[in-house]
Amino acid sequence: MSQHEASLPRKAQPTGIAATGWKPLFLRWLTLPTAAIGALLIGALIIAAMGANPLTGYHALLTGAFGGSYALASTAVKAVPLLLVGIGICISFRANVLNIGGEGQIVMGALAGAATALALPNLPRIVLIPLVLLAGCVGGGIWGAIPGIFKAYRNVNEVLSTIMLNLVAVQLMNYLLAGPMIDKSESFAVVGRIPQTRLLSPNSWLPIIVPGTQLHLGVVIAVLVAVAVYVLLWRTGIGFRIRAVGLSTDASRYAGMAVKRTMAMALTLSGAMCGLAGAMLVFGSISHRMVTDGTLTGFTGSDGYYGIVVALFGGLNPLWTILSAFLFGGLLVGGVSMGIALNVPYSSDLVTTIVGLVVCFVVALDAIRRRSSLQSGPTSLRQLLTRNWHPPADGSPGAAPSSTSSQPNDDATAPSAPPPVPELIPADPRDALP
Amino acid sequence: MNQFFTVAVLSATVASGIALGCPLLLAALGETVGQRSGVLNLGVDGIMLLSAFGAYFVALRTGSIALGVLVALGIGAVMGLITAFINVTVRAEQGISGIAIYIAALGLSGLLFERYVGTPLPITNSSGPFSAVDIPLLDRIPYVGTMFFKQNVLVYLAILLIPVLTFALHRTTYGMKVHAAGENPAAADTLGISVSRVRYSAVIFGCTMAGLAGAALLIVDGIFQENLTQGAGFIAVALVYFGGWRPGAVALGALLYGLTGAVILTWKTLGIIPLSLSDLAATAPAVIVVLALLFLVGRYRQPTALSKPYLRGVM
Repeated sequence: MSQHEASLPRKAQPTGIAATGWKPLFLRWLTLPTAAIGALLIGALIIAAMGANPLTGYHALLTGAFGGSYALASTAVKAVPLLLVGIGICISFRANVLNIGGEGQIVMGALAGAATALALPNLPRIVLIPLVLLAGCVGGGIWGAIPGIFKAYRNVNEVLSTIMLNLVAVQLMNYLLAGPMIDKSESFAVVGRIPQTRLLSPNSWLPIIVPGTQLHLGVVIAVLVAVAVYVLLWRTGIGFRIRAVGLSTDASRYAGMAVKRTMAMALTLSGAMCGLAGAMLVFGSISHRMVTDGTLTGFTGSDGYYGIVVALFGGLNPLWTILSAFLFGGLLVGGVSMGIALNVPYSSDLVTTIVGLVVCFVVALDAIRRRSSLQSGPTSLRQLLTRNWHPPADGSPGAAPSSTSSQPNDDATAPSAPPPVPELIPADPRDALP
Repeated sequence: MNQFFTVAVLSATVASGIALGCPLLLAALGETVGQRSGVLNLGVDGIMLLSAFGAYFVALRTGSIALGVLVALGIGAVMGLITAFINVTVRAEQGISGIAIYIAALGLSGLLFERYVGTPLPITNSSGPFSAVDIPLLDRIPYVGTMFFKQNVLVYLAILLIPVLTFALHRTTYGMKVHAAGENPAAADTLGISVSRVRYSAVIFGCTMAGLAGAALLIVDGIFQENLTQGAGFIAVALVYFGGWRPGAVALGALLYGLTGAVILTWKTLGIIPLSLSDLAATAPAVIVVLALLFLVGRYRQPTALSKPYLRGVM
């Protein structure tokens, strides 16, 4: 299929599916809400089956997530790691590299950041905060570069290597936090010590920007990063190469792009974003320490997996991912309130279940949407094959610097063009798999 | 180190390595069949968790582990039906739908555990086919007997599955159909093979095996807790790649993984690895798998249509 995509003639055509009838409209705009509502309905059934009142639960969930400034701030803070991981996923999935290693990359970023803050506690705030965040990027970036290089140069399936590296990272964290990096001043018995670092230098804490809430500077940074990555992906040569490789490795190679280097770089960048998320988790925490309970998800809270969901829900577009991260942050924060309101011990598991169901519905509905646009005629077939780029309005100059007009998948949108619709999954990531 | 190289310790280590590798082996063999038919199922871990909980719950309430294993098989089959529906009928993106099933099952198993059990109680497993079964005569063979022939019945089943699956995949009509569906579904379709039916059956078989693996894991641990598997299902998927989609090599990988884990456990007990380094040592199996992927994987080609949904008329 890749070759076909590449050989399609470039032709300006209205974006999207034919705008008549309710079905295309539904498929285009209502797939995601339908997925969310479907999952929430099943969630309600589960709550009812457990003998609790779903309405009470969901009401508590909504107020806990979005009711009032404190709740909104908590949601925004929870959304920060989700957004950053989601941005990382956008980069790698766009390059058709499936990064499932967010968990490990978060952990490595957090460890690198925490180690930096422990080593250089006396640096002034203006230096230390950027430094620890950068350390987070580097730590996560290295953990992304390893599977990236393996994938690009040795054809090692990245899904598996990233999953394996998650296990390695978590054990490494358990070792470091229970050993070399543990808080030695803690007065508990040696056996019962909590695996955590000592209180990190106040100069490394992310400043609170709205007094009385937890809203810290990380929220602003994460949104700026999202915008920056959007620009990177759609307005620079690097981003163009990443997306071109994702659409067709063969076409990219014929066009003279360094396919392997681009793949490795996409996974490295993706890891760096996840590492930044890890640093945010440490330096935006209330305890101002890096702490774990020793389990696989003890430190990350599964953000590495949720980030994938967030990115898919945001159509693998960093800007839509901001919204989607906020909504999922609300779901996770509100889930705690729901647990308190229903007085049940399993609220976090319930939220996990609902998130899983949401993704099930999203992938299923996305597949149905793709197929239905396929079946409604040749025009739609072309749209299916080219649906990851938005053809420019006539005569618009290619805004991506490295793109040439001979590139069929040049999707530089003219300023007046309608905003891109979120797409769930990049065109056939299967094609480039070895 | 000397106390490790004694007959008793070595054979006990090998025996526990096989026991540890058994859940991985069952899950990985099942996944091999599914992947050969062209379906990548990343939800194995979730299915293992749900079935382990089902087996645990039933064993706890009825006292019968056999009944628990049956329930685990049933849960595996139902999850297989759901997985196949999403991947084969709806043709969803397989890498992601698998993660979705994993997340949902992870949450659901924890939820059910908190709601219906709460405090973890161990299941009793002192006799019967799911504790150690000595194979008469063979268990008397010096060294080898204690390593291989004092295991529970699931271990024997898993080992028996290796030649059975090798034969079934390479020498039977069904095996050829699975192969065709995974290599060239369009060609299989033109020959009148129902790609969907083949994939459905392969996926349901794989997930049923994952369910059995969950029960096996529960029997090894004797107790259920949240996220009991600790990623074992993902390791099983990795082992399929490790073994190049051939049951024998996949089994070798599972045993290697189990053995590495057992050696590290023994070394920890004997004090060869200091307690402070045990977390670091626990990374060894995963590191070994990554290195093996790095050096071995290029040699075997994966099924051409792996993770590609088939739709007639669209290549």
